[in-house]
Amino acid sequence: MTAIIVICLLFALFGLVLGFSSIKFRVEGDPIADQIDAVLPQTQCGQCGYPGCHPYAEAIAAGEAEINQCPPGGEEGIQQLAELLGVEPQPLNAENGTEKPPMVAVIDEAVCIGCTKCIQACPVDAILGAAKVMHTVIEKECTGCELCVAPCPVDCIDMVPIKETVITWNWPLPTSGSSQEKAA
Amino acid sequence: MKRRLWDYNGGLHLAEHKTLSSTKAAAIASIPRELVIPLSQSIGHPAEPIVVAGQRVLKGEKIAHSVGSLSASVHASSSGIVREIADTAVPHPSGLNAKCIVIDTDGLDEEAPSSGLVQYEQLDPSALISIVQGAGIVGLGGAAFPSSIKLNPGTNRTIKTLILNGAECEPYITCDDLLMREQALAVIEGAKIILHTLGIKHCLIGVEDNKPKAIEALEKVRDELVYRNIDIVEVPTLYPTGGEKQLVKILTGNEIPAGKIPADIGIVCHNVGTAAAIFQAVIGGKPLISRLVTVSGNGVRNPQNLEVPIGTPIRDLVAQCGGYTDGAARLIMGGPMMGFALPNDDIPVVKATNSILVLTTSDLPETEQALPCIRCGKCAEVCPMELLPQQLYWYGRAKNGEKAQAYNLFDCIECGSCDVVCPSHIPLVQYFRATKSAVRTSKSEQQKADNARQRNDSRLLRIEQAKAERAERSRKKKAQLENKKKSQAAIEASVERAKNKKIARTEESSLENKS
Repeated sequence: MTAIIVICLLFALFGLVLGFSSIKFRVEGDPIADQIDAVLPQTQCGQCGYPGCHPYAEAIAAGEAEINQCPPGGEEGIQQLAELLGVEPQPLNAENGTEKPPMVAVIDEAVCIGCTKCIQACPVDAILGAAKVMHTVIEKECTGCELCVAPCPVDCIDMVPIKETVITWNWPLPTSGSSQEKAA
Repeated sequence: MKRRLWDYNGGLHLAEHKTLSSTKAAAIASIPRELVIPLSQSIGHPAEPIVVAGQRVLKGEKIAHSVGSLSASVHASSSGIVREIADTAVPHPSGLNAKCIVIDTDGLDEEAPSSGLVQYEQLDPSALISIVQGAGIVGLGGAAFPSSIKLNPGTNRTIKTLILNGAECEPYITCDDLLMREQALAVIEGAKIILHTLGIKHCLIGVEDNKPKAIEALEKVRDELVYRNIDIVEVPTLYPTGGEKQLVKILTGNEIPAGKIPADIGIVCHNVGTAAAIFQAVIGGKPLISRLVTVSGNGVRNPQNLEVPIGTPIRDLVAQCGGYTDGAARLIMGGPMMGFALPNDDIPVVKATNSILVLTTSDLPETEQALPCIRCGKCAEVCPMELLPQQLYWYGRAKNGEKAQAYNLFDCIECGSCDVVCPSHIPLVQYFRATKSAVRTSKSEQQKADNARQRNDSRLLRIEQAKAERAERSRKKKAQLENKKKSQAAIEASVERAKNKKIARTEESSLENKS
């Protein structure tokens, strides 16, 4: 009899502790979605069918979206997501677009009429300007999402591939079979 | 008295090939018809041009101003007219173009007015630092780090020792040797200026024992001037003793911790050439517009050292050395170990160029097929940084930058010792360089993504706030309207009541009258 009472009391105690901690130590947001968001390239282009990287991350976390819907992330991004979530990597879904080299938007400033439509479309506030004055893209902040291209009524925004410079250049891995110079 | 010396792990005894160029006195190179002066000649941001096409510039005139702390100003090496500021080939392993100022020289070599100092001792360190900065001096050993930064180690670091690097351990290169032999006074006086700027007393000049004439010349000047606090130390000839970390270890026994600089352990390290350039800038008032360059190798007829104006195309330099021999096969900037191949000879000499090598096919090793790694460990035995190149290679090949970093990838000084001893002829250093670039790129991409996320978040927040504000405004308006209606109704009601009362009263009075 005592044993049963003790067990019941213990259960009640644990229940209280669990109930208390579920309120007190509640985690804000969805940590899995945040982890997925950290892997996504933050282009905010919406090619995945969601209005930004975080909504897409939430959809993946909720099991509503596949991991192969992000063209800017490319194969490497899918690989990372697969590793994070412990699922099989799959090829990029062609419906969402294709992997492209990194680009930036460039406004033809002579043609721009200052309608502010691109400014409203830019997800990262990378376009500078005001009504009826010329707009320009802050190149450093542009993610290359192309969302500003469609709204432009005078078609003055071009997507330009980012040029490689001596600063951004990367040493290539050796092609198998070649040996580096050793003149000494 | 002989100083105690320490030792570092590994190292190699390489064939020196130094007598090709070290037996002749240094000559002064003639002024080329055109000077191609890159804007980026230090590790930092490219300098901003302050001249325009068509403008006449004088020798020593500043033509581009430094941008940010790691950048260095650029000066015209001779007088002439600026032809253009354009993208042209620069000495870089990528073979890509970068912005250069191209000057058509007029042969007059007219100098811009400048004034040197005689009594620098009265000057504040900060004034001397700004002279060095204004002269556009960068480390002439090859790293091209702005020297003015090394002269200002900050208040949280206590500097005790200045080390001048005269080891010059790479094969073929002899420009530092010639400099110490012929301009020993500039080196010693430069050391004095640096000591004064740093507010310290003690200087060590490390010179490899294969340069006895240089040691003799430095000692002679030192003794004549009675500078007892400058020690000229003969160090054993071993590759890569000229590496900063290796020389510090040999001279002081101290190791520079990973990711730190010598100043963190109380040492400032400069190349002997840099010391001479600092002397020229402070005493002579001359910016860095020329440097000693070794032109050597069996592919050039008359190997020698030349004092070359910065921006001289390599073809002019080779022509002054008698031109190419028949067997000339490869052009290399820097030494055979750490230098890089150049695609053509239109590329100019820059501040970091210590040597131009023209090698023949017989100088080059037969390019052998890289074979699989047999894990023999020879690379680890010779690695002066005590790394495990075989592990770094493993993770580099697998594109696993994280693991490679855990094996201290970024401590690799890319000296190439492991390449030389590898029995499987694996181009190890190239793997390490590629892995380093990949890690750096992914870091900067991550940073860009984080920045974009933050900007997107703040934009969404702003839109949300604007929406809430609008909603709040319309709610207030509605409430106001409601209130107005209510008060209107209340007024109407009271008017009604008053009317009713009036009617009641008149009715009452009429009733009373009737009665």
